[in-house]
Amino acid sequence: MAVRRLAPAEKQPKEFAFTAENLDWAKGQIAKYPEGRQASAVIPLLWRAQEQAGGWVPQKAIEHVAALLGMPTIRVLEVATFYTMFNLEPVGRHHVQLCGTTPCVLRGADALKKVCKEKIGDEHHVSADGTFSWVEVECLGACVNAPMAQINYDYYEDLTPENFSRLLDDLAAGREVKTGPQIDRQFSAPVGGPTTLTGEVGTGGPAPAKEPALADADAKRPGEAANVRDEGTPKPPVGDGSKRRKTTRRE
Amino acid sequence: MLHDRDRIFTNLYGLHDWGLEGARKRGAWDGTKALLEKGRDGIINEIKASGLRGRGGAGFPTGLKWSFMPKTSADGRPSYLVVNADESEPGTCKDREILRHDPHLLVEGCLVAGFAMGASAGYIYVRGEFIRERERLQAAIDQAYEARLIGKNNIHGYDFELYVHHGAGAYICGEETALLESLEGKKGMPRLKPPFPANVGLYGCPTTVNNVESIAVGPTILRRGASWFSSIGRPNNTGTKLFCISGHVEKPCNVEEEMGIPLRELIDRHAGGVRGGWDNLLAVIPGGSSVRCLPADLCNDLPMDFDSLMKLKSGLGTAAVIVMDKSTDIVRAIARISYFYRHESCGQCTPCREGTGWMWRVVSRMAEGRAHKREIDMLLEVSKQVEGHTICALGDAAAWPIQGLITHFRHEIEKRIDEYAGRPDDEGVRDPDTVAEAAE
Repeated sequence: MAVRRLAPAEKQPKEFAFTAENLDWAKGQIAKYPEGRQASAVIPLLWRAQEQAGGWVPQKAIEHVAALLGMPTIRVLEVATFYTMFNLEPVGRHHVQLCGTTPCVLRGADALKKVCKEKIGDEHHVSADGTFSWVEVECLGACVNAPMAQINYDYYEDLTPENFSRLLDDLAAGREVKTGPQIDRQFSAPVGGPTTLTGEVGTGGPAPAKEPALADADAKRPGEAANVRDEGTPKPPVGDGSKRRKTTRRE
Repeated sequence: MLHDRDRIFTNLYGLHDWGLEGARKRGAWDGTKALLEKGRDGIINEIKASGLRGRGGAGFPTGLKWSFMPKTSADGRPSYLVVNADESEPGTCKDREILRHDPHLLVEGCLVAGFAMGASAGYIYVRGEFIRERERLQAAIDQAYEARLIGKNNIHGYDFELYVHHGAGAYICGEETALLESLEGKKGMPRLKPPFPANVGLYGCPTTVNNVESIAVGPTILRRGASWFSSIGRPNNTGTKLFCISGHVEKPCNVEEEMGIPLRELIDRHAGGVRGGWDNLLAVIPGGSSVRCLPADLCNDLPMDFDSLMKLKSGLGTAAVIVMDKSTDIVRAIARISYFYRHESCGQCTPCREGTGWMWRVVSRMAEGRAHKREIDMLLEVSKQVEGHTICALGDAAAWPIQGLITHFRHEIEKRIDEYAGRPDDEGVRDPDTVAEAAE
């Protein structure tokens, strides 16, 4: 569990209200859910509030969303502090979320962390000119393109210290950057070209007859295991287990 | 090896048009009305016969899951389909490719699955970080509405609404009941089961939560027949599967392959082999960070399917293969996974909230060697006390990587402890018992 608190009072703006455009959009979101279930829209609305406030969620925005959805403020505060994509403190114009989970570490995320420290400074701090801030986040789900980082809305994949620092420079200078893989690669296909799906696109018609992978006709029917709930037998309560273990030891 | 004609996700690499026209060319939305004419039971029986097991990790038979939904609504409650696109398991990045490159397979699958379970509406819960993917999916849904493929009075004759919802960065929302809580606008804290979502789910109504891949393969299975799908793979582990191969391989990639493909073939053929050759392999995490790792000597003839990996006390999980070569600091790699679970624990159940932090601190010390050898057994015992004693499976998922490490790499931890103790400047690791006595 991560402990997350709102920004100190001196950083909080005095007021917050959705712009007319965002308010319209919010009403559209609320309409997606059945009547009386408008609380469902809390995450999309907070997200929009974060966008409007410049990348973070001030306390007033939480109160505004709560009023809009007819929810107690504490329930919205709970949501804002629970979900880690809601920044509770101001962030830079380019907010770098660097993936630091094992698959990225195996491919060299630690070196990228050094680049962030050198170029931006400490984690959770906005650089002096307000351009950058960075945090280490947990798996962002682009593991075959590791190491990677998310900067604002886009993923930047297959990073090396060199192309990552070049990328940060380009962003700072306002130059156009390429999103996705930063090396010559087709999304998640292997480097050098796909090993599959190399022919014509399938038509979706009936498949040509294929030799069954198994000679045993029974195999085609789902086995018994397919029809049982795989939840296993419930485990005994903790108390029972530890008592039993202790007795064994004494013996 | 699986032939290209038997692949379901023909635009996995985004080489072709993702839109409606392109998807139609690749076979999506082809005779969907005829599929629905099979009837609810017809579809469910076909999916059951295909042997499709849920692709989200647990491997529960999809057809059976659909059949738990009430046939008629006695009390006027609607039914819902919820698609779990909160893909956050470390190592896994398959649903992302479906969302951004083949979204129409998913949209069509939602209609078919929604019809089979009598759902009036579907919600697709996309993880918050997938912003571009969410936009792409929404665009595909808009196309489908425009072409009157879904929605009210559509050409298929079954009214079905489909909405995209998103999270905001919480791994736990991938757990089905936490996902429902989050969808209802609360913190993502899992619910106690029973009641199961099929009885009391979203807004207290019957709900089925399925993984993106399980839903997206549905229409193709129905079009080509259950016997086609079940002829691929191995008994009880049928069909094709998206594998994500990451870590120390020459060319990490996503690929659709047949279930039960030997691990070595998978890595050698599609990922260019292990970095430095097969002999340089140290360990593999075969199904996303939550399963126990396997050392190289178990990997030689390892079929990648649910049952074979279960036998080795690991699991297929999401089929995210994380490869580690001999240069890897395995204790540190697992310690980082422990940190992940500490970070993502929702804090609801004490064994998990406290246990994940405790296990992370101990295993991090072990990564340095700053520990006692008897603490290894203590760590194992504590991990067993977390496992199975929490509402959801996150407790288990946090315990298993550590159990795998201790089972297969205890010697590595011991070596580290010896090395640390043998350092000339070492003052010795303080024995917790002596410290406690001194304090008294």
